[in-house]
Amino acid sequence: MPDWFEAQHLDYSYANGPLVVRDVSLASTPGTMTAVIGANGSGKSTLIRMLAGLLRPRAGKILLEGILFEDWQPRRRAREIAYVPQSTAAAFPFHAIDMVLSGRTPHTLRFRFESVADVEKAREALETAGAAHLAGRSFTSLSGGERQMVILARALAQEPRLLLLDEPSSSLDLKHRAALIRALAGLSEKKNLSVIMITHDLQLTGAFDRILALRCGEMAAAGTPDEVLRDDVLRDIYSDPDVHARRIGDQTLVWVDL
Amino acid sequence: MILSPTIGTRVVRALAILTLFLIASMAVGLSVGSQHIDPASLFRDSFSRTLFFRLRLPRVLLGSIVGSSLALTGGALQALFRNPLADPYTLGVSGGGALGASIAIALGWSSRVAGIPLVFAASFAGAMVAVSLVRTIARTGAVVLPGALLLSGVAVNLIAAAGVLTIEYLTDPSSALRILRWLIGSLDIVGLQPIGRMLWVLAPAWLALLALSRQLNLIAIDEDTAATLGVNVRRCEAIVHTLCALIVGVTVSAGGAIGFVGLIVPHAVRMMFGEDLRIVLPGSLLLGAAFLILADALARTVLPSGELPVGAITGLAGGPVFLWLLRRRQQYAAM
Repeated sequence: MPDWFEAQHLDYSYANGPLVVRDVSLASTPGTMTAVIGANGSGKSTLIRMLAGLLRPRAGKILLEGILFEDWQPRRRAREIAYVPQSTAAAFPFHAIDMVLSGRTPHTLRFRFESVADVEKAREALETAGAAHLAGRSFTSLSGGERQMVILARALAQEPRLLLLDEPSSSLDLKHRAALIRALAGLSEKKNLSVIMITHDLQLTGAFDRILALRCGEMAAAGTPDEVLRDDVLRDIYSDPDVHARRIGDQTLVWVDL
Repeated sequence: MILSPTIGTRVVRALAILTLFLIASMAVGLSVGSQHIDPASLFRDSFSRTLFFRLRLPRVLLGSIVGSSLALTGGALQALFRNPLADPYTLGVSGGGALGASIAIALGWSSRVAGIPLVFAASFAGAMVAVSLVRTIARTGAVVLPGALLLSGVAVNLIAAAGVLTIEYLTDPSSALRILRWLIGSLDIVGLQPIGRMLWVLAPAWLALLALSRQLNLIAIDEDTAATLGVNVRRCEAIVHTLCALIVGVTVSAGGAIGFVGLIVPHAVRMMFGEDLRIVLPGSLLLGAAFLILADALARTVLPSGELPVGAITGLAGGPVFLWLLRRRQQYAAM
């Protein structure tokens, strides 16, 4: 079976600058979770923005169901792929539930309003994201972590088959971070959702099927957590000789000597 | 706050309330004035009839068209730039239109091409240049800088005002007086013909803009989000710019640069009915009309003799609202 979502040999540079992503390839099959790791400025966000269709690669191609990304009608593609940005600024005090409801757009006809069923789906998504209690709050009044949960709910309301997340855990506390990973793993198992997520939190990556590591825009390592979360590989990715990884039960603990 | 189940019902409810308010405002606008017109006398008395159909009714209709246009474009520009302080006036779009129209008046371009007065075209061109300029300066990459947006609006306004002043100075006194009178912003017209000409251009532009409500709603939330939800953001942006410049250009060439309508009205609709642009845009169209009719009714009656320019009334109401919004936005930013 060919890979359902596939990026081949992607290059990217901003304006006339140097390449910030160079020859990166990855593939995802339904129901798998992929973590993208790497140091700051290693090209992770640029990569995921290309996968979300927000940036056009300088070279290489992205295929969804074997069809080139550009050949997909944007609304049709939006039913397949959802994106959770690192942070969302808000100029207007939209209610959280309305933000989530906007995720239903690709599923409703152009001049139709969202139906009662759509509102129901939005509420479910808020529930799944652990943000049901925020429904009636105004987005501008929420904290960074709360906003992140609402934005995740919006992406879930989109009912995509592939979910792209850019460091969703960065502003979440310990409890919500774990809840996020559990929710994603649950959706991946039950609804066959594919996940590609950028994270700096290496401990979370133990729950993923695959890890892709970037260094200076290039692929430094790719494989299962067991293959990537190792002293030698991590030291190479972060260019730091003091990184350690130890397996304790099901979890991998990663730390740096100070 | 519990929201009613669907956006559809909210839209219908909001528009029904605002339509009733507009009808009431029109009744007020038609009944006040230096000369009292008794509805019954319209059937008997030809003087009353002339007064009503040649002066009073055109004025109220022009007020509603200008108010609708400014409020609608204000709401659209606020969403497009994700900036609650944006409006045709603060972004310099009205100023650009005024400069274009002044040039046309000074050159004596009262002619028409294909039924469209050249003043409309010149005003549209001026508004288009202003909006493109402001956008180019404020947009760096994918981000529209809110401070740069408003400051470039201020700069464009100053340049346009200086241009108008120069033209007034250079042109013959009668043209200068025409420009001056019209710049203050007045809804004083005679007969229904100009109204028809304006609507011929404006109504399709309004509808086109309203048809983009949903896309604008997503852009107002976040540009990247809109793009990943299937909106072609760049194309939408280009269309909205052009439509806003067209609407403001035509409006300014007819009624002068009336300030702050586009700022106050969309916010009033937001406060009453929520943030969704599918309510804010059509709601602004209705409330904008009502607001300017009432402002003009006040302008006509507040002085014991003579009348104030309606722009003075909207400016006095709008300036404080702008300052209040600015203060509130700083509180958001501090959070």
